[in-house]
Amino acid sequence: MKLTFIAFAMVLVASPLSAQDYAEVSLPNQQQEAQAVALMDTIRCVVCQGQPISGSNADLAGDMRRMIRERIAAGESPEQVRAWLISRYGDWISFKPQAKAVTAPLWAIPLLALLIGIWLVGRRLKRKGS
Amino acid sequence: MKRKYLLWAPFALCIGLLAMFYIGLRNPDDHVIASQQVGQPLPQFSAAAAMPGQPGVTSSDFGGARPRLLNIFASWCVPCVAEIPMLMRLKQLGVEIDGVAVHDTSGDLAKFLADNGNPYTRIGLDESGRAQMAFGSAGVPETFVVDGKGQILYQHVGVVTEADIPKLMAMLGRPL
Repeated sequence: MKLTFIAFAMVLVASPLSAQDYAEVSLPNQQQEAQAVALMDTIRCVVCQGQPISGSNADLAGDMRRMIRERIAAGESPEQVRAWLISRYGDWISFKPQAKAVTAPLWAIPLLALLIGIWLVGRRLKRKGS
Repeated sequence: MKRKYLLWAPFALCIGLLAMFYIGLRNPDDHVIASQQVGQPLPQFSAAAAMPGQPGVTSSDFGGARPRLLNIFASWCVPCVAEIPMLMRLKQLGVEIDGVAVHDTSGDLAKFLADNGNPYTRIGLDESGRAQMAFGSAGVPETFVVDGKGQILYQHVGVVTEADIPKLMAMLGRPL
């Protein structure tokens, strides 16, 4: 009985020290964990391609979650880790569109549509007023 | 008259968009993810020896004058079995192939190699996918041609078939 208790106590003491598999375990620092999870939600799993890695059971998605947590714990910013992944797998791995020449229409069209809308409404109001 | 046609323009635009959505949904995106590391120097990595008597694989093993093949595989990967005879053929033609086994164990690998043959000069274990991610590899099997300067020349995604051998040999700078 006493031995069992000692063994149990030893396991309790030892477990926080043993290596954690950060593919499934949260980081102890809550702020870092929040950063890591926010990044995982915007990284596409390359195995089951519609899912973010945060919700995928694929081994490689687990590897990416582990890598992201380890790098963020080591002090890298989420955008640095995203850039590293893009340098491996291309823009396609990120659900967050990057701002560059090719994606310019993505950012310009809503603005353009808004301006055209304002112009159309403005014209109509002016006509009613006169 | 002109104005009447103009009124139809938004409607036509909507029909156009719906047609594009329909086509997009009917043709699901079956994406082959090409590594962005092709054309770059082989990234730093180190995969510990998987088999007794056979060394592991590290980035410093490449760039030693002759081009080499780097094969990403796994004992649990069914298509990888189909690829082994082709890799054996390449080995007979004098090509050195280094294998990185993803999410694998030495025990499973020993059985896999005993059953299918061992075309590898070196075999490294990549238990947590670190090497695989460094290469920008998205699955198994994948085969990289690494030139004599240690640069990645080419990535072959999927099983190496008989039809791929001439192309690989040409990239390795060897006669068939």
